[in-house]
Amino acid sequence: MQNFEFVKPSSIADAVAALGQEGAVALSGGQTLIPTMKQRLNTPDLLVSLTGIAEMKGVCHGEGGLLIGAATPHAVVAADAAAHYPALAALAGGIGDPAVRSRGTIGGSLANNDPSACYPSAALASGATIVTNRRSIAADDYFQGMFATALEDGEIITEVRFPIPQQAAYVKFNQPASRFALTGVFVARFGSGVRVAITGASNDGVFRWTEAETALSANFAPSAIEGLSLSGDGMISDLHGSGDYRAHLCKVLTKRAVMAAG
Amino acid sequence: MAKVTMTVNGKTVSGEVEGRTLLSTFLRDGLGLTGTHVGCDTSQCGACTVHVDGKQVKGCTVFAMDVAGAEVRTIEGMANADGSLSRIQQAFQDHHGLQCGFCTPGMVMAAASLLAVNPKPSEAEVRHHLEGNICRCTGYHNIVKAVLAASGQDVSQIAAE
Amino acid sequence: MPKDGGIGASTKRREDVRFLTGKGRYTDDINIRGQAYAWFIRSDVAHGKINSINTAAAEAMPGVAKVFTAADFAGVGGIPCGWQVTDRFGKPMQEPKHPVLADGKVRHVGDPIAVVVADTLEQARDAAEAVEIDITQLPPVLDMKAALAADAPKVHEELTSNLCYDWGFVEENKAAVEEAFKDAAHVTTLELVNNRLVANPMEPRVAVGDYESHSGQHTLYTTSQNPHVIRLLMGAFVLGIPEHKLRVVAPDVGGGFGSKIYHYAEEAFVTFAAKTLGRPVKWTSSRSEAFISDAQGRDHVTRIELALDAANNFTAVRTETYANMGAYLSTFAPSIPTWLHGTLMAGNYRTPLIYVNVKAVFTNTVPVDAYRGAGRPEATYQLERVIDKAARELGVDPVALRRQNFIQPDQFPYQTPVAVVYDTGNYTATMDKLLEISDHAGFAARAAESAARGKWRGFGIAHYIEACGIAPSNLVGQLGARAGLYESATVRVNATGSISVYTGSHSHGQGHETSFAQVVAEMIGLDAGQIEIVHGDTSNTPMGMGTYGSRSLAVGGSAIVKATNKIINKAKKIAAHLLEASDSDIELKDGKFTVAGTDKSVDWVGVTLAAYVPHNYPLENMEPGLEETAFYDPSNFTYPSGAYGCEVEVDPETGKVDILAFSAADDFGNIVNPMIVEGQVQGGLAQGIGQALMENCVYDENGQLLSGSFMDYAMPRADDLPMFKVDHSCCTPCTHNPLGVKGCGEAGAIGSPPAVVNAVIDAIQRAGRTDITHIDMPLTPSRVWSALN
Repeated sequence: MQNFEFVKPSSIADAVAALGQEGAVALSGGQTLIPTMKQRLNTPDLLVSLTGIAEMKGVCHGEGGLLIGAATPHAVVAADAAAHYPALAALAGGIGDPAVRSRGTIGGSLANNDPSACYPSAALASGATIVTNRRSIAADDYFQGMFATALEDGEIITEVRFPIPQQAAYVKFNQPASRFALTGVFVARFGSGVRVAITGASNDGVFRWTEAETALSANFAPSAIEGLSLSGDGMISDLHGSGDYRAHLCKVLTKRAVMAAG
Repeated sequence: MAKVTMTVNGKTVSGEVEGRTLLSTFLRDGLGLTGTHVGCDTSQCGACTVHVDGKQVKGCTVFAMDVAGAEVRTIEGMANADGSLSRIQQAFQDHHGLQCGFCTPGMVMAAASLLAVNPKPSEAEVRHHLEGNICRCTGYHNIVKAVLAASGQDVSQIAAE
Repeated sequence: MPKDGGIGASTKRREDVRFLTGKGRYTDDINIRGQAYAWFIRSDVAHGKINSINTAAAEAMPGVAKVFTAADFAGVGGIPCGWQVTDRFGKPMQEPKHPVLADGKVRHVGDPIAVVVADTLEQARDAAEAVEIDITQLPPVLDMKAALAADAPKVHEELTSNLCYDWGFVEENKAAVEEAFKDAAHVTTLELVNNRLVANPMEPRVAVGDYESHSGQHTLYTTSQNPHVIRLLMGAFVLGIPEHKLRVVAPDVGGGFGSKIYHYAEEAFVTFAAKTLGRPVKWTSSRSEAFISDAQGRDHVTRIELALDAANNFTAVRTETYANMGAYLSTFAPSIPTWLHGTLMAGNYRTPLIYVNVKAVFTNTVPVDAYRGAGRPEATYQLERVIDKAARELGVDPVALRRQNFIQPDQFPYQTPVAVVYDTGNYTATMDKLLEISDHAGFAARAAESAARGKWRGFGIAHYIEACGIAPSNLVGQLGARAGLYESATVRVNATGSISVYTGSHSHGQGHETSFAQVVAEMIGLDAGQIEIVHGDTSNTPMGMGTYGSRSLAVGGSAIVKATNKIINKAKKIAAHLLEASDSDIELKDGKFTVAGTDKSVDWVGVTLAAYVPHNYPLENMEPGLEETAFYDPSNFTYPSGAYGCEVEVDPETGKVDILAFSAADDFGNIVNPMIVEGQVQGGLAQGIGQALMENCVYDENGQLLSGSFMDYAMPRADDLPMFKVDHSCCTPCTHNPLGVKGCGEAGAIGSPPAVVNAVIDAIQRAGRTDITHIDMPLTPSRVWSALN
């Protein structure tokens, strides 16, 4: 890969300052970024590692839900969120493989917004708030299409706040090679209604299946969405499955997630 | 180039690295610890698996500078103090858990990190934990058997026949 | 049996200790002082005309020693093909040039165009971006049938078409086969694809070239299954280096599965460049590079027809196969769809008439060559699928249909209509054993349990035969091989009795250091710890043909037996002298020589010392020393066979197939190390299941490889597979090699794909979807779901 300067600041302020430099890119675990750098698809001049910032690490249960530092590795979320938000913990425990979970972070995943990543579905279905060094962004406003987010230049995620639903589950159908989500569905039931977020399927990245939300808010049972369907148009079509197949999986997995949450 | 210092297999080591120097490159080329293998470039195969501060990581997907000051353990640091094979290593030999040997260091490191947190895993738990380590030779049968045996469980019922 | 494990013992592998402690020595672990690093610039288009290459800017970059292009190889030969196939009209195949670096044209994504050699790998890669290459894209040829159209673009201008050969076998039987089809009571037809695979040994290829100017000695360290073959091909055909000036070393090799048999351009490059630059040159493949530069496997499109009479006896088989060669002929490519495929189309059955037609086609894809099984999986898959389909069409039990048509145990040796003679076998026994170990009788209850959970369970069976122990040299010579296929061994007994065995075979995971030692230990009656196996270096091993085709024990092991017998014969003469007895009265048992019927004896060390300190020695009749070399050329192939059973569960909602159980009942003849044999089968099964369910090498319409990394090429993981039931108690020893062994390395990959697919079709049909009679591999969730919907 092309060479670069490497810094590992210990405070958010220092990280933000470093990222203000020309050609600077944030590294938050790097489990996706480093392979793309090996292919020279991403060629930063300066790499700013965020995983040395203590204030960006850890899982904390408090008023308003679960607060997760952006530099918290998946493995820590899998362990420390289990008591408070088991569906989120299970999702974190199913990302990649154990080594990926040791290094990869929630902030890195959400900032990258890979259309097949798991975390975006949890954030969107939970109605999470993405907290940055500048502001708080509602998940509904944050995800803006494949690899696109509301983050501006020099803006880094510092924390993610998850409201905790009454019932929730994530069901992921693996892409057989990469083991990213070929399709993954996160269902979260709150007092105010049900939210369904789907990753892996759409060309526009993670999305909410609003028809299913309406139906499930009225009747939280797999049968509630029996009559619904999604179109394969606009779904990702590749050698692992057509758009129609992914559209079909969205429904099957939503039903399974409802069953698992129940 | 910058100097990086870390502890590898209990010894403090330093070396000159670039920003782009991966931990696996530093171990292999900088320290001559060639037991850590590189089998892919997409962070999938796990042949490069090492422990950093007790956690299982892929050495090819971590920059050496990012783990400055860390405790790193590689396959070369897994044998008993007297040089004899550790319990996990011995189980791999006893149960033919390796053939060409290339994925083996990563498998042993992954197995060790599993047993550290889950001393008596089920077969399914072993298989799930090894999902980031690809072996092309064994079909995993004897690897899984070796890890179960290393955990002290009876594997006589998992005979090949 | 010797106490440390002779023949039949599951001796633990001695090589494991170094692998388990990180002390293995693979090619990439070799670094030579002063070495430079090579970075290959490869074509990113499938087909194109090279207009110009400008290396000036790159050569001026830091650390760059030189940028090589085809012009540097003007005086050098091309990469040779080791097998010439003659077509059905008696003409030799079309054989294109295969330059070390692309010359004028690029013919597949990954075709090497130029190589930057620099002080560091990153400098080489940085400079590679400064090499200016102007290519005019040409329309790529990808689909095999389209490639044969009269107006198709040509992969090689110097050839008359993209057809490498049109092969018919047995051509003389063609008319009789057609008659048999006219007379058939039933004909079952199946069109299928044998999916292209990537071997993907976990160790990517590496080559390090070194050159000593004062002696003119070249050394190549390479990830090879057969260093002597590389020395012969590269030395004689590419670089013109005589053998005594070229040493090829294949140290620990991290798997091969066929992909490390062939002589590759990178090996020739580093050897050539090391001399040109006067410094060692190293190339290490990345995995992404391996996907576009290692020879790939399979890729056949076949139509097979099976004719049966009114009593359901097979009367004829007819096939038409298109076999993809890729852009160039890899070392053994032409032989795979022909002599390793057509000759197996009888399977385990008495089918009297067979005609196989194969059209080998050039396309703008990575070259295709042998991958674990090589031709035999393709044959087995067609046959075992069409038999299953026939059984369903006829409403008969697929097991019974196979049994009815099996070659019976009393019919061996059996001359098939496709040239080969099976020496021995008992297919009824392996089928019986399979039904027992797979609890076939309990299947219905298990299927009901799955159905209660909304899942469809199916059971699939396949029986295979393979021709291994490749092969009699005079026969393969007639069939077009440009090499012999013997194996060699030198057994050097040291003065104090320990033994060093130098074998021409090569181990890249098979455990030869352990199992070969067991053979010698058994023969002499020594502890296996007294015996060291040396392989992989042309400078100290006798000329041998290497390891592939499940041949090492059957051919290489037989050479060791032959050499050891020579040692024993000489040692007995020495013992007879020491014991003042006749040679013919000396018996060797447990490492001790005894005069028959007496208590007079001399131990092994007494004899070996006498051989090297010949004070009391028959010098007038016999040379001192105790070292023998033998070459063994087999008189026939060996024919392992077996019955495989797969039990699957299909999720009808998602199309996902789970393997719940897999059982294998193999007949490998005699077994030296059961533990190693079981491991070989388990590994083969994983690869066969991978082919059936997951693995697929896919090019898009532009010839770009879509499955170019482990992100898109699905390798079986631990949680994709079950524990396997493996049995090798059925044993009909090979009749023509001294160990009675057949070979076990490829069986798992040969027998398992049809068993898996038969099981999935069984599950689907049991669920009432009898309209679905075939799904092409790999049976991924999306493919199965698409078939159901």
